[in-house]
Amino acid sequence: MKKRGGLLAAPYTVWMALFTVIPMLLVVYFAFTGEDGRFTFGNFSQLLGYGAVFGRSFWLAALATVVCLAVGYPLAYAMSRETGAVRNTAMLLLMLPMWINILLRTYAWMSILENKGLLNQLLSFLRLPPVRIINTPAAVALGMVYNYLPFMVLPILTVIQKIDGSVIEAAQDLGGSQFTVFKRVILPLSLPGVLSGVTMVFVPGVSTFIISQLLGGGKSMMLGDLIEMQFLGSTYNPYLGSAISLVMMVIVLISMAVMNRFGEGEEEVMVL
Amino acid sequence: MRRSRVPGRVLQALVAVFLYAPILVLIFFSFNSDKSRVSFKGFTLDWYKRLFENEQVLSALSLTLILALLSALIATVIGTVSAVGIYNMKKRPRKILLALNNVPVVNPDIITGVSLMLVFVLFVTFLRSLGVGAGLGFTTLLIAHVTFNIPYVILSVLPKLRQLNKNTYEAALDLGANPLRAYMRVILPEIMPGVVSGAIIAFTMSIDDFLISYFTTGTSVQTLPMRIYSMTRKRVSPEINALSTLMFVTVLALLIIINILQARDQKKKERRL
Repeated sequence: MKKRGGLLAAPYTVWMALFTVIPMLLVVYFAFTGEDGRFTFGNFSQLLGYGAVFGRSFWLAALATVVCLAVGYPLAYAMSRETGAVRNTAMLLLMLPMWINILLRTYAWMSILENKGLLNQLLSFLRLPPVRIINTPAAVALGMVYNYLPFMVLPILTVIQKIDGSVIEAAQDLGGSQFTVFKRVILPLSLPGVLSGVTMVFVPGVSTFIISQLLGGGKSMMLGDLIEMQFLGSTYNPYLGSAISLVMMVIVLISMAVMNRFGEGEEEVMVL
Repeated sequence: MRRSRVPGRVLQALVAVFLYAPILVLIFFSFNSDKSRVSFKGFTLDWYKRLFENEQVLSALSLTLILALLSALIATVIGTVSAVGIYNMKKRPRKILLALNNVPVVNPDIITGVSLMLVFVLFVTFLRSLGVGAGLGFTTLLIAHVTFNIPYVILSVLPKLRQLNKNTYEAALDLGANPLRAYMRVILPEIMPGVVSGAIIAFTMSIDDFLISYFTTGTSVQTLPMRIYSMTRKRVSPEINALSTLMFVTVLALLIIINILQARDQKKKERRL
């Protein structure tokens, strides 16, 4: 029975070959092809000219990841200690924004961050100097934190909740202080969640172009914008675009590999 | 409970404010009679009226729903059948297929989008060279959505298959059912929760997607997120606020209903025990 059942996956294997494997191979092929159709490394040497864009994307995605971790870990920890209705409400509140389209969530910040926007109205009401934040990299980082914070909290929360309560009790019985128990037991056991949260924030962050378009005002161009420009912009150049995509894919693969090495590769999909 | 709960509660409250302030601002300004996004002049429902009269938004909405339903349906069928196939495979091919299956899940959307675009453009040029009129549009959009939806269906059906008691299937065969009948009557009901949640994930992923659609559609076919994107480019369009409010209320209502149903289910189970 084993062998015959396997054939059921045949249609999907064909589908994946056509729409997953071939597209990826095409990206690789285009990345090494010049506009004359010949093999070249030229696209990659052109990339050197976009060092600033690479740098900015990394820096902003890393910054957003660090902020998400700094806020998200304590938040996940606090949520894990709640019970009953409070925890259910907290979970609902955390997940609800994820169900609203990222474009709308990001758009919401536009009116808040505008130079004469609500944030500056609030500041002037408090007799504080106004801030110029819209169309700056800071606004992009803020947008990332806002959009991706739940992606950091949920995996950490899941892992902390799975920690066996008796392990914590044992540590306490053996005389560990609150801090020691946290440092020696909870923190190491929650590391897989942290790693998965870091990837889930960093990967979409480094590749975003919605957030940089809406909040960065096109001034702080990121990798996503660069790719979009090559494929749909006025400078149609799928060769260069593929080279950038390929580099980004390699980055993602490396960060996935790092994550898999530390955490156990789980095949579950997160529902809700 | 030696430690105080206060710091944790304060943090949760602060994050809740951070998460919801922008959404509440949107909702608030959807009732603003002025076009301004920063000062409130008076109450109106005009933007809602305009939204419902906006042909482009309405057609984008119906396209999005049709696309989500179709792609979720196709992905659920292919995904469920393939999950059974993958489950029955030997270890090595199974690992390879699962690794490939994960590609659209872990790849940034923008890369899934552009790579599919490359294939579609190539295919369209090929068809045109044969004299067939073709272009990017609904078909390519549907293929793209099915492609990124199937992995989620498989990932939610496989765990259910692993939990199966194999004996029931064999018992069905021993009692004279053919394999197909045994699958439909014994296996399918068991894995149904996984199939349903896979279908729901696929449907919502499809509704929510902007990036992949953006790269795989033609000029004539626009989904709702794409419509929203072009509206945000115009800077001031309060109809977006009205649209956001409606979406927020819909999602909130759905989640509350799901929560209530789950709670009721839980109670029933407890009573049975």
